[in-house]
Amino acid sequence: MVKKVQAAKKKKRKKVVETSSEQETSEEEDSKEEVNEDEQLRPECLSPEELEKLKEAVDERKKLVQSLRGKPWPMKKKLVTLRESQEFVEKYEGALGKGKGRKLYAYKVMMTKRWMKFQRDFENFKTACIPWEMKIKEIESHFGSSVASYFIFLRWMYGINMILFGLTFGLVMVPEALMGRPYGSIPRKTVPRAEEAGAMDFAVLWDFGGYARYSVLFYGYYNNQHAIGWLKFRMPLSYFLVGVGTVAYSYMVVIRTMARNANESGVGDDNSFNFCWKMFTSWDYLIGNAETADNKFASITTSFKEAILEEQENQKDDNIHLTRFLRVLANFLVLCCLAGSGYLIYFVVRRSQKFALDGLENHTWWERNEVNMVMSLLGMFCPMLFDVISTLENYHPRVALQWQLGRIFALFLGNLYTFIIALMDEINLKREEEKIIKFNITMWEASLYNGTASENSTTPLITIHPADVPRGPCWETMVGQEFVRLIISDTMTTYITLLIGDFLRAVLVRFLNHCWCWDLEAGFPSYSEFDVSGNVLGLIFNQGMIWMGAFYAPCLPALNVLRLHVSMYLQCWAVMCCNVPQERVFKASGSNNFYMAMLLVILFLSTLPAIYTIVTIPPSFDCGPFSGKNRMFDVIHETLESDFPAWFSKVFSYASNPGLVLPFILLMVLAIYYLHSTSKSYKEANVELKKKLQLQNEENKKKNKRAALKAQTDLEEARKTTSQAAERQKNNNASLRSQEEYEENYAKSQRLCHSKNGRNPTFSGEDRQHQVTARVSRNYHHGNHETHGYLPGFSQQSEPRICRVPSLQRH
Amino acid sequence: MGNKQTTFTDEQLEAYQDCTFFTRKEILRLHGRFRELAPHLVPLDYTNNPDVRVPPTLIVTMPELKENPFRDRIVATFSEDGQGNQTFNDFVDMFSVLCEASPRELKTIYAFKIYDFNRDNFICKEDLQHTLNKLTKGELTAEEVSLVCDKAVEEADLDADSKLSFTDFENMISKAPDFLSNFHIRI
Repeated sequence: MVKKVQAAKKKKRKKVVETSSEQETSEEEDSKEEVNEDEQLRPECLSPEELEKLKEAVDERKKLVQSLRGKPWPMKKKLVTLRESQEFVEKYEGALGKGKGRKLYAYKVMMTKRWMKFQRDFENFKTACIPWEMKIKEIESHFGSSVASYFIFLRWMYGINMILFGLTFGLVMVPEALMGRPYGSIPRKTVPRAEEAGAMDFAVLWDFGGYARYSVLFYGYYNNQHAIGWLKFRMPLSYFLVGVGTVAYSYMVVIRTMARNANESGVGDDNSFNFCWKMFTSWDYLIGNAETADNKFASITTSFKEAILEEQENQKDDNIHLTRFLRVLANFLVLCCLAGSGYLIYFVVRRSQKFALDGLENHTWWERNEVNMVMSLLGMFCPMLFDVISTLENYHPRVALQWQLGRIFALFLGNLYTFIIALMDEINLKREEEKIIKFNITMWEASLYNGTASENSTTPLITIHPADVPRGPCWETMVGQEFVRLIISDTMTTYITLLIGDFLRAVLVRFLNHCWCWDLEAGFPSYSEFDVSGNVLGLIFNQGMIWMGAFYAPCLPALNVLRLHVSMYLQCWAVMCCNVPQERVFKASGSNNFYMAMLLVILFLSTLPAIYTIVTIPPSFDCGPFSGKNRMFDVIHETLESDFPAWFSKVFSYASNPGLVLPFILLMVLAIYYLHSTSKSYKEANVELKKKLQLQNEENKKKNKRAALKAQTDLEEARKTTSQAAERQKNNNASLRSQEEYEENYAKSQRLCHSKNGRNPTFSGEDRQHQVTARVSRNYHHGNHETHGYLPGFSQQSEPRICRVPSLQRH
Repeated sequence: MGNKQTTFTDEQLEAYQDCTFFTRKEILRLHGRFRELAPHLVPLDYTNNPDVRVPPTLIVTMPELKENPFRDRIVATFSEDGQGNQTFNDFVDMFSVLCEASPRELKTIYAFKIYDFNRDNFICKEDLQHTLNKLTKGELTAEEVSLVCDKAVEEADLDADSKLSFTDFENMISKAPDFLSNFHIRI
């Protein structure tokens, strides 16, 4: 008997627990109180299934606490629910732990709690570490979210580069500096005698020659010793793995960010909700500055007026052939530009090779730095040219911006690849040179031996100062140097453009305005706007160059961290000081993934040359951690053989058997194909559903229109009959009653019609009144449009009805 | 921890961290901002949960809100009494929903409430007209306003009742590319 009562009480508790995750908490609190007391009395009498239910209830409560942030409840309710759930969980977790495994369960619970607390503290710590938050907020409030998005992107890049810097600095540069052979001990680590005189000159150092070249900053300094120092640190292995690791880490981060953004971005359906989006999503809530707000109001108004104009005119068919011809012409001009710039770079690189052969001292500063300057100048002027050409095309601003970005992308890419091809030519030259020098060195060593053999000593000691040993050419260091020089000149160009183009311009406009014929601020030069897309592209391409050169110059990530740090402060200052908020705001695309996608493409394209050189070209014999090997990746093979137990290398050799690798690759290709076709079918299903939704919408409108027309005719008939009846009969009540019936029937049909859409036709009296007047005014405006809407036919009030009838009459 | 703050007990801070998207430091900072609005009204010590409400006229002077055309509606939506008098709980709730970490669904729900001027759980044509007038500061003519509102209803209204229910609104906003980045206040 007691058990039955208990069971009943527990069922009630379960029901109570199930409803607790919904709205009301007050009743549940009361019932929980009584149940609690019961439970406290008999904690042991819980059968296994009741234990299970209790466990489920506790888990559900825990889940509720986790999801509390995202619930649309007022804060007070959330706090109360939180406190109750926590009390419930604490009370019953203890009870659950009775019986077998109690200690384990309690331990698990305690560890989970500790883990969550640790996670929370870590999150707090992480947010405290984020730099420049206030700076970005200030920029956001002045310029809106699109300009600030550039700075947020810059900060994100800074984070990535910090990690890359940590890897290269900690695992490559520091071990070699601390534990490797010191400077001057072996030939590759010493400045050759011929260059010693000018090794400390600033000009040479700025060019990354001299002492800068023979240091941990570049590939050539590293020794190929298998293990160095007392830690037996395997330098070549570490160098190789860090190189691979930087690329792998970058891929992981970019793809993870893209996946995260993909969830948030809307489906690219640009025109179906044009006006709605303009109304509800055009105001930027980040704006906190009066001038920016005014600009934003103006731009919103303009955009509405434009949309209204477009709507009213529909399509003004311009001369479509002329437009097409102009667009083709514009694309042709752009292609000519791109080809021209590619050829110019190739020509300049070949010329600089010629200069290098002649000896660099014979040429002017311009001729020495020609390549870098030409690339930077092209990057500055060609986009402006593209901008001018695009005025021929007459596209919508958003489409025009996308074309512009695409062209600048192609320009940078073409320049970069021409540069790389020219570099490859130089590498081949150096390798030819290498063969000759190798031959010369053997001759030189032989002569040394001949010289010392005459001394009749058993072990000929060759004590030659390392600086005097003839050195082989080191193409890897040369590549690293080229990239470092490119980055430096690019950075200098950017900063100088910033100072001249933005700052000087702003100063001139401000101070010359007093004594100039026309208003400089409103007219021609005026203050510049911040070019978000140009800056983002510049950032992306710089990062691409870092990725390309990081294998050959471990100092590049460090340089980049410094560069980004300075850029952040400089550009924040410049934007607040010299720029004005943009008048028209067109983002290049709806989602953030556009820039992420470009970054991914650049990452892929920049790792290709590095991978190609690693896989195909044998390393220099005289410099770097891989000297003496046939290929750079041989270091992995050697490590497997020498440092791992024997069975490991056997397993690996089986695993790298083509018979195993090929089926694996085939399997992956099949998996990709399967996923691709599934995603395609989902997309098609999505489109189908959208179409169905549209059709349903149309049908609903048609149905409502028909019903409204029918109601109209019915009412008119009813009116006629009532007026006739009123004339014929003296009893007004009877006629009104028939009118009511008509209304009711019609209202019933309306309700049936509406209830299909699942809406609840009950509402308060005040709303009804409001809706009646609303509908009246709406019908007046709509004219021939759909005459839908509520008709509260079943109201007993005569007032609204009489109001209604004349309005329908006007139709 | 290191700081000797006595504004909140640790349990209160943990509770706030569970119920909002803010960290401990941010919650303390928010309390500072709240106090700044009305220093004589808001006490420093919140350990016993005083029931203090700041009137909306003071809240809309915050730099984050003062240029926003919808500031009155935002403050009113997140207030207990619906008139805009906010307690600290409402204040924190408001900024938590509008912060960057807040999910799309939550923001959609509150956006709907903000744009529903007459609070009838539908965005009818009057609400749209109010919204538009606030956005354009009255620069558009009456016919233009009417045209835009009609077009908006036509685009988004799926159940053909000439106003937007929450489902219509949600369907329309879920595809909007700028919604998340624009409906965001950084505090």
